[in-house]
Amino acid sequence: MAEITYRDALNQALAEEMERDDSVFLLGEEVAEYDGAYKVSKGLLERFGDKRVVDTPISELGFTGLGVGAAMVGLRPVVEFMTFNFSLLALDQVINSAAKMGSMSGGQVTAPMVLRGPSGAALQLGAQHSQACEAWYLHTPGLKVVTPGTPADAKGLLKTAIRDNDPVVVMESELLYNFKGEVPEGEEFLIPLGVADLKREGGDVSIITHGQMIHVAIKAAKELEKKGIEADVLDLRSLRPLDVEAILESVSKTNRAVCLEEGWSYGGVGSQVTSVLMEEAFDDLDAPVLRVTQADVPMPYNKKLEAWSKPSVGRLVEACEKVCYV
Amino acid sequence: MLTKVHMEALSPTMEEGQVVKWLKGEGEPVSEGDILAEIETDKAVMELVARGTGLLKVVLLAEGGTAPVGEVIAVIAEANDDVSAFQAGKQAGRSDITQTMEAAASGPTETLETMDAEAADQTIDDPGTDRGTASEGERVKASPLARKLAAKSGLELRGISGTGPAGRIVKKDIERALSSTQRVASGAITGQEFSAEEYEDIPLTQMRKTIARRLSESIGPVPHFFLTISVDMSKWGEARSKINKMIEPEGVKISYNDIIIKATAAALKLHPECNAHWMQDSIRRFKGVHIGVATAVEDGLITPVIRNAQSMSLREIHDEVRSLADKAKAKTLKHEEYTGGTFSISNLGMFGIKEFTAVINPPESAILAVGAIESNQLMLTMSCDHRVIDGAVGARFLQTLKEMLEEPATSFI
Repeated sequence: MAEITYRDALNQALAEEMERDDSVFLLGEEVAEYDGAYKVSKGLLERFGDKRVVDTPISELGFTGLGVGAAMVGLRPVVEFMTFNFSLLALDQVINSAAKMGSMSGGQVTAPMVLRGPSGAALQLGAQHSQACEAWYLHTPGLKVVTPGTPADAKGLLKTAIRDNDPVVVMESELLYNFKGEVPEGEEFLIPLGVADLKREGGDVSIITHGQMIHVAIKAAKELEKKGIEADVLDLRSLRPLDVEAILESVSKTNRAVCLEEGWSYGGVGSQVTSVLMEEAFDDLDAPVLRVTQADVPMPYNKKLEAWSKPSVGRLVEACEKVCYV
Repeated sequence: MLTKVHMEALSPTMEEGQVVKWLKGEGEPVSEGDILAEIETDKAVMELVARGTGLLKVVLLAEGGTAPVGEVIAVIAEANDDVSAFQAGKQAGRSDITQTMEAAASGPTETLETMDAEAADQTIDDPGTDRGTASEGERVKASPLARKLAAKSGLELRGISGTGPAGRIVKKDIERALSSTQRVASGAITGQEFSAEEYEDIPLTQMRKTIARRLSESIGPVPHFFLTISVDMSKWGEARSKINKMIEPEGVKISYNDIIIKATAAALKLHPECNAHWMQDSIRRFKGVHIGVATAVEDGLITPVIRNAQSMSLREIHDEVRSLADKAKAKTLKHEEYTGGTFSISNLGMFGIKEFTAVINPPESAILAVGAIESNQLMLTMSCDHRVIDGAVGARFLQTLKEMLEEPATSFI
């Protein structure tokens, strides 16, 4: 297995799928001539030409609508948002058109497309550019949402998303683009949607998380290990469909859960996971499920306040100790 | 600046501690390094030292109260610090204290305070009630898992003491209740056969708990065997009278016990294979002879250690034993004064016990049980850990010891 960056893993996934299927094409701001704002589409213009790698105006609603239309007539567009902060401009196309097309047409018209780009906070980009946008999309039936946290997951999930017949939101992370990891080779390396991955096995507490937060969780698990607490780190990978079975399997073993996410707590991913646990694992719980999230404020620009408001290893360790009653 | 006062691990094996006495009262000024309280650990009464300077604003654990290591038991703060959150914690369960700590420790700006309140919101709120068992009519708080486990094993939740926040019964409380039920059921005598007037239940002290744990650790996994030898003490009897006459003006009297320690140390020097620890994956033989002397104290026993007894004079041994015994009775032994023994001696001669067997104090591999001297006859029984000492090895050591006790001069090689 080759060790490559998260960025290159995404690039490989795009190139392989474009090679395999002529109907796949990429569009978005600066994806062609500039190789993408984060260089994910590097070399694709040269390789596939300007009909399949398309630079768009700075108009999210417009080019997302173009993508939905293309998907409805048989193409498989990959729409890149420079960041998901800008995707909010295109919400109407995603939620009212892409997500509902299949259901409203009785299955006659579908929108097989991918909406991808970085989500979540990087460093000091201010309140408007530092948002974890999962919850906005998660809410909507008709959409699938995946959040790869490693290069291998990035490649496997993006390839599966491109082949899926529903609109799939693929949320990447700016801070992970340079992160390296082993990625299996081969065109058929696919990770099914809706399958979580146990990134670390322990028996005392389940940390349920996704995206770049898995790395915070693994660090916290190492801290907890020093204190004699062994944590499961369950990477959901896919937020919709959600791997309920994996969540229940972990919690039935540990009897305690802490949900960790980058976004806000109010109506967040952890709220959904917690409610699944209440509904289906109530008798397995020895402690209330806790959540560790971003503080319930727009992201501060001030460096210290920003660091404070993000979920941290320390806060996660504390929550895990609390559910373990130590 | 707020400083939380934690129950600290004042001995390496301490899991919980009891406040014997607060030396500073609520509201009194304290400086870093001041002694705040006396804490009874599993071994001794130790001093808890202040880690910060200010006023001892809140005392959360009253004298006589017990708390696990790590729990916050008091707060040191400046006069103008708001500690109302901690005051509330006084009546509250353990987790509420921690939680209100977080809220109270928030930063100076308004934004931070708002955020902290939010952070607290992300965790659970527990109504602050006393811990312990729920009384009649009150709802029993138990985790769903605890309820399921209790139902499965036919256990009544009421009456089980909850250790979770606000007295919540959690999994481990059920497990504890189950194991004690099984113990009663499997024992020959159950408490129900006696009326309350017929017995007195004595609560376990920290020391009693430790003795129980340590000794069952010993007799279980340590394969003991016992060697008994009879010693003629008549010559030492004469020598002892002469020695004591010489030092009479000083008011000091060498005891037979001092002599036995002296001879044992000398004999162990010749038989280092009996002066050893079982280390699980090796046997550690010691160059120095450090003799643990089992000493009865008010509510148990402790084994202060005479270090390098092989190079001490009788008089030095006598003084050391006396000084350590005094400290043991006053519960002021330091950790290094009752650990690190390589061989132990237990003497019940003063109670008229002729001979007995003693339980090894692991990781030591032997202990010598000393009986009463009757018509100059002394019975010694050595308990040996067979993993370290074989029968013949132990027997040879006892032979040497016998010679040294029967011919006083040989103890001085």
